[in-house]
Amino acid sequence: MEIKTKSKLEKVFKSGAMAVTSECGPPRSSDPAHIITKGHLIKNHVDAINITDNQTSVTRLCSLAACIHLKLEGLEPVLQMVVRDRNRIALQADILGAASFGINNVLCLSGDHQSFGDHPKAQNVFDLDSMQLVQTVRHMRDEGKFLSGDEIKLPPNLFVGAAANPFADPFKIRVPRLAKKIAAGAEFIQTQCVYNLEKFELWMKGVVERGLHEKVFIMAGITPMRSVGMAKYMARAVPGMDVPEELIKRLSGVPKDKQADEGINFAVESIQRLKECKGVSGFHIMAIEWEEKVPEIVERSGLYPRPVVD
Amino acid sequence: MIVGQQKPFDEIWEMVKGHKQLTVFGCNTCVAVCHQGGNKEAEILASLLRMRATQEGVTIEIKDGGIERQCEHPFFESAKDLLGESEAVLSMACGIGVQFFAEKYMNTPVYPALNTTFLGDVKSDWHFTEKCQACGDCVLGATGGVCPVSRCCKRLLNGPCGGSTKGKCEISKELDCAWQLVIDRLEALGKMDDYEKLAPVKDWSKDRAGGPRSFKLEGF
Repeated sequence: MEIKTKSKLEKVFKSGAMAVTSECGPPRSSDPAHIITKGHLIKNHVDAINITDNQTSVTRLCSLAACIHLKLEGLEPVLQMVVRDRNRIALQADILGAASFGINNVLCLSGDHQSFGDHPKAQNVFDLDSMQLVQTVRHMRDEGKFLSGDEIKLPPNLFVGAAANPFADPFKIRVPRLAKKIAAGAEFIQTQCVYNLEKFELWMKGVVERGLHEKVFIMAGITPMRSVGMAKYMARAVPGMDVPEELIKRLSGVPKDKQADEGINFAVESIQRLKECKGVSGFHIMAIEWEEKVPEIVERSGLYPRPVVD
Repeated sequence: MIVGQQKPFDEIWEMVKGHKQLTVFGCNTCVAVCHQGGNKEAEILASLLRMRATQEGVTIEIKDGGIERQCEHPFFESAKDLLGESEAVLSMACGIGVQFFAEKYMNTPVYPALNTTFLGDVKSDWHFTEKCQACGDCVLGATGGVCPVSRCCKRLLNGPCGGSTKGKCEISKELDCAWQLVIDRLEALGKMDDYEKLAPVKDWSKDRAGGPRSFKLEGF
């Protein structure tokens, strides 16, 4: 397969190996130490590290700066970009900025609505939507042009990803929606956290039937539950999240001090099962403020050591 | 139509209490339909202001009147005398009417009694919902007649986002997901294949972003 960028993630996918990514949320502070520490904690167990972009609409150290910190440490960041806070001028400028630091991966997202965050009275932008951002990055890279049509002397060379949520409604458009993102130019996909494995497999079946798995690398999202409280909260309050009752029961069935272990067990079992699911090319492990558990999950899932690509 | 909602009474009082004379003018079209700014509401608001003035021991002469549409010159004719006697005006119109007043009567202070809230429909006598943001470049032909610009809280042109749950928007269980409605319509029309057509990057220069908009009819 032709390698188009310098992305390590692209190389791992195209080597035929299962890829592994994880993610770190930047601090609500100007001190980068925390994110650098988190990056080093997981660097040997993942191929690339997503840096979230003001996730849940809470203001944080910006994704681009955090990516630069990781890049300067020799790590491979994935720049998450939401279209909520920046217009096409700022987005394209940040893409050039990222490329200028050798950042090789971008994940294009809509972003949670600002009403969830710390500035619910903020204006939102949504000049582009997430698919149009995918198109924009591909246009900049492949055509060497800005959206305006003006030429870019040295185009940014990024590997372009998007998100998919098989659990959001309406279910019937979730495969067509993936097809649309691929048509827009998405090269890899990271999904919403998978807890309902049957539903995910049903979605993947539809993906494979249309041959979409041959056009894009799909990474299943994995987030270990730390407690039954977290599972209940996600089931109740997080839009587009599907947490089956059986999982809540399973976590409730063990003593409180063992629930985190049970959450890790479920994450590992999920990965082991989905490794066999046709069309799955890797895993995106989002251990929210629990990054120290990523190495254990990766090792126990049989995804360690990570392949070496040049 | 244009939907407005009356400002909190205290906010209105703070704006007008310094005058010796005030006329409250209703606007008897759009904002009368939503029971917020018609002539009837002007009469009620004027009474409430008189009561407040009495309570606070402030002397203000408060009158009320109506202008059928505060956004067109001819309708001001019938209110000429009353306007001539007015030191200040509290307009019950939308923001358009308030500005029309301000432009027409350079030396008369005018205050808004309403917050202009949205362009919407009348679902029932008491329920009004936003349907248009006047983006200047209508996409309804591609979206089954459901507007994602005004009805999706992220105005996604290629939706729905990952937060759409059981037909509702991620920001509120009371709010329909616009893209669920688009898909329902496309399905009913037998046009689901249209869903996979990528909506191009939008030209927002025709929207508010391009600056205040106007147009003139040629040779009219």
